[in-house]
Amino acid sequence: MIVHSSDSIRSWGGVVKAHHDVTSPNRLRDLQQVFHADLRDGKTILAHGLGRSYGDSCLNPDNIVVKMRGLDRFIAFDPQSGVLRAEAGVSLGEIMQLVVPHGLFLHTTPGTRFVTLGGAVANDVHGKNHHVSGSFGEQVRAFGLVRSDKSELTVTPDTEPDLFRATIGGLGLTGIISWVEIQLVKISSSNIEQEIFPIRTLDHFFEVMEENTPRFEHTVAWVDCTARGENLGRGIFTGGNWSQDGEFVPHSNGGPNMPVTAPGFALNPLTLKTFNSLYHWRQASKEGRSTCAYAAHFHPLDAIQNWNRIYGVKGFFQYQSIIPFETAREATREMLGLIANSGQGSMLAVLKTLGDIPGRGCLSFPMEGVTLALDFQNKGRKTIQLMESLDAIVRAAGGRLYPAKDGRIPSDMFRAGYPDWEFVESLRDPAITSGFWKRVALS
Amino acid sequence: MTNLTHAQHYVILGATSGIAVATARRLAQQNCKLTLLARNADALQEVASDLSVRGASEVNSIPSDLAAEKDQASVIKSISEQHGQIDGMLIFYGILGDQSQAETDIEHARSIMHVNFNSAAEWVLAGAQTMEAQGSGVMLAVSSVAGDRGRRSNFVYGASKAGLSVLMQGLAHKWAAKSSKLRAVNMKLGFVDTPMTAHIEKGGPLWAQPDDIAKVIEKALTKGGPNVYAPWFWRWVMLAIRVTPGFVFNKVNL
Repeated sequence: MIVHSSDSIRSWGGVVKAHHDVTSPNRLRDLQQVFHADLRDGKTILAHGLGRSYGDSCLNPDNIVVKMRGLDRFIAFDPQSGVLRAEAGVSLGEIMQLVVPHGLFLHTTPGTRFVTLGGAVANDVHGKNHHVSGSFGEQVRAFGLVRSDKSELTVTPDTEPDLFRATIGGLGLTGIISWVEIQLVKISSSNIEQEIFPIRTLDHFFEVMEENTPRFEHTVAWVDCTARGENLGRGIFTGGNWSQDGEFVPHSNGGPNMPVTAPGFALNPLTLKTFNSLYHWRQASKEGRSTCAYAAHFHPLDAIQNWNRIYGVKGFFQYQSIIPFETAREATREMLGLIANSGQGSMLAVLKTLGDIPGRGCLSFPMEGVTLALDFQNKGRKTIQLMESLDAIVRAAGGRLYPAKDGRIPSDMFRAGYPDWEFVESLRDPAITSGFWKRVALS
Repeated sequence: MTNLTHAQHYVILGATSGIAVATARRLAQQNCKLTLLARNADALQEVASDLSVRGASEVNSIPSDLAAEKDQASVIKSISEQHGQIDGMLIFYGILGDQSQAETDIEHARSIMHVNFNSAAEWVLAGAQTMEAQGSGVMLAVSSVAGDRGRRSNFVYGASKAGLSVLMQGLAHKWAAKSSKLRAVNMKLGFVDTPMTAHIEKGGPLWAQPDDIAKVIEKALTKGGPNVYAPWFWRWVMLAIRVTPGFVFNKVNL
C-alpha cells in the first residue's frame, strides 16, 4: 500500500485547499490494510470517490483520503432480476452504460452520473423522481463495510439494522463501503418525453408544481435568481416520463471540457443577469413537449466536463435547503428576494419538491417539502454573510441543509436539522473523520 | 467498434494489469471470448467476474506464473483445444524495476530482462507457431517508448523493451510477406497511470489513462501497425529524441 502526499485533492466547490495523504487501493482486499496503524501514523482516514461533494464532507485535511476509483469492478449482475453488485468505486455512469441496453436503470439518479456507488450510498443522493421513488438508499439491498475495529461486514437492513441506518447517508463515517448491491428498475426506453413550462412568478411555480407533479415521474425547476419584484420566482419547470419507444441506447462518454479555471471576475452581476435572462429565454422558447436522451434530461451539466472551473480559483459554495411544505412558499420567497438583492445570485438555482418517502439513513437529507439548491461564487465574507442570512430563514421555517453540498454550516444548525447525528457518531469508525464531521460534530 | 461475424477469442497474458483490464473490458463489451492468464489467482477471479458482467461471451481464467513458464507451446495448445481457436494473443505483463538498483544488483537486472524480454519473447514465438499453423491471428505485445533510445534514467528496462520491439517488428516483417491474416503489432506506450506507476508523482499532459491506451489497442487489433505509439504524440516525441545529436542529448537529464 503506497501513500503519497498531495495538495491537489479538492471537492467540487474548490473552496477548501488542503494537504492530504493519499492512498489508492486497487483491490477490495487492500482496504483492510489502509487502517493499519503503522501506515496511518496517528492520522485518520476517509474514503473519497469522484469528489462531487461540494464542500468538506469528502475531504479530510491533513489526514488520509482513500481514493476509491481503483475499485471499479462489477461483481455480479442478473439482467432478469435486475440485481447488480459492484465494487464501491464504480460510477453511476458506468452502471448506466452496462444496464441500459438490458432495459434497466438505477431507480434514481442524481444530477450528475460522475458519482461513485459508494458516494451515492454515503450521501443517500436523490434525483428528479424523489416524489415517486425516494432517494438512493431505497434500493440498496446490501453493502460491504470495512472497519478498523472488526473484520469486513456484510450489512443488510435485516442483519445489521443499526449500521445500515447509520451508513446510508452516513457520509462515509461508519467504515469504508467496499461494495454495494442494488436493485435496478425496468425502463420502457432510454429516452425521456419531457414537457417544459415557463414559470412567471413564485406563486405560479407552486401552481404548476402542484398540478404537474402527479403527472410526471421526473420533475425539476430552474429559477432565475437575478429576477426581482414581480418577476421574483421566474423560471422553467420541466417534467419528464420515460418514453415507450423501446429504444435502449446508453450515453457515450466525452463532450467539451472547461479547459482552464476562469478568472474570478468572469462572473459578476452583469454576466449573471445576462446568463439567467438568456437561459430563461432559450428554455422558455422550448415550451411544450419534446423527446430527449436520458443523459440530456438527468445530467445536463455533465455535458461540460469540469464545469466547476467557471467559478474561478476561489471556488464556490453550494447551498441546498429542504423546507416543509407548510412554510416553504414564504421561506422560498424570502430567500430568493434576499439573493436577488445581494447581486450574488447563482447561475443554476434549482427548485424541486421532494415526496413523503423518508430516507433510510439517520442523516438522509430528503424529507417532504421544497428543496432549493443554489451556488454562490466564493467572494469571502460577503458570501458567508449571505448564507448566514439564508440559514436564519431555513431554521425559522423548520428546514435543514444538505451535508454533501455544505462547506460551512454552523454546528448547532446541523445538529438541530439532524437530531440522530449522535447515533451516527456512536457508530462512527474511530479511525475515520472528515473535514465536515470535525466541524459539525466533533468540535 | 468493429463488426465481427463471430465472437473473437483473445488470450490475454498479464490480464490483471491496469492496461490489460481496460482493454479486456472493451473486448468484453464486443462479446468476445477471453482467456486470461496472470499470476494472482484471486485477482484474476475478480477481473474475470467483472468481464463476464460486462458482456464477454466466455471468460476462462488460468492462474500461472508467465515469466516462469518453460513450456509455453503446451499451454497454448491446451487453450486452443479446450476453448477454441485463438484469434489473438495480447501480452501485457512486464515489470518496471529500479534503474539504480539494476546497475549494481545483477539479480534485479536479470529479472527485468527476463520478465520483459526473454519470457515475453518465448510466448511470442510459441504463439506465432500456432497462428502460422492455423493461417491467421494477431499477436500484440505491449512494449515501451523507453526502448527507442537508451536513457540514463531507465536503460535496463528500456533495453528489455527494445528487444521485445525488435522481435515484434521482425515477426511483423515475416508475416507481412506471408498472409494478410497474420498480423504482429508492437505497442509503444508512454507514461500510463496504472498500479505499475503508482509510486511516481503524476500530472501533466504526458500521462495517459489506461482506457486511452485500451482504445488504441482495440483499434490496433484489426488495423494498423506494426509499430503503434499510444498516445499518438509519442511517435513525434521519440522521433525528436532519437535524432537529437549525442553532444546535446548527453546534457539532458532524461
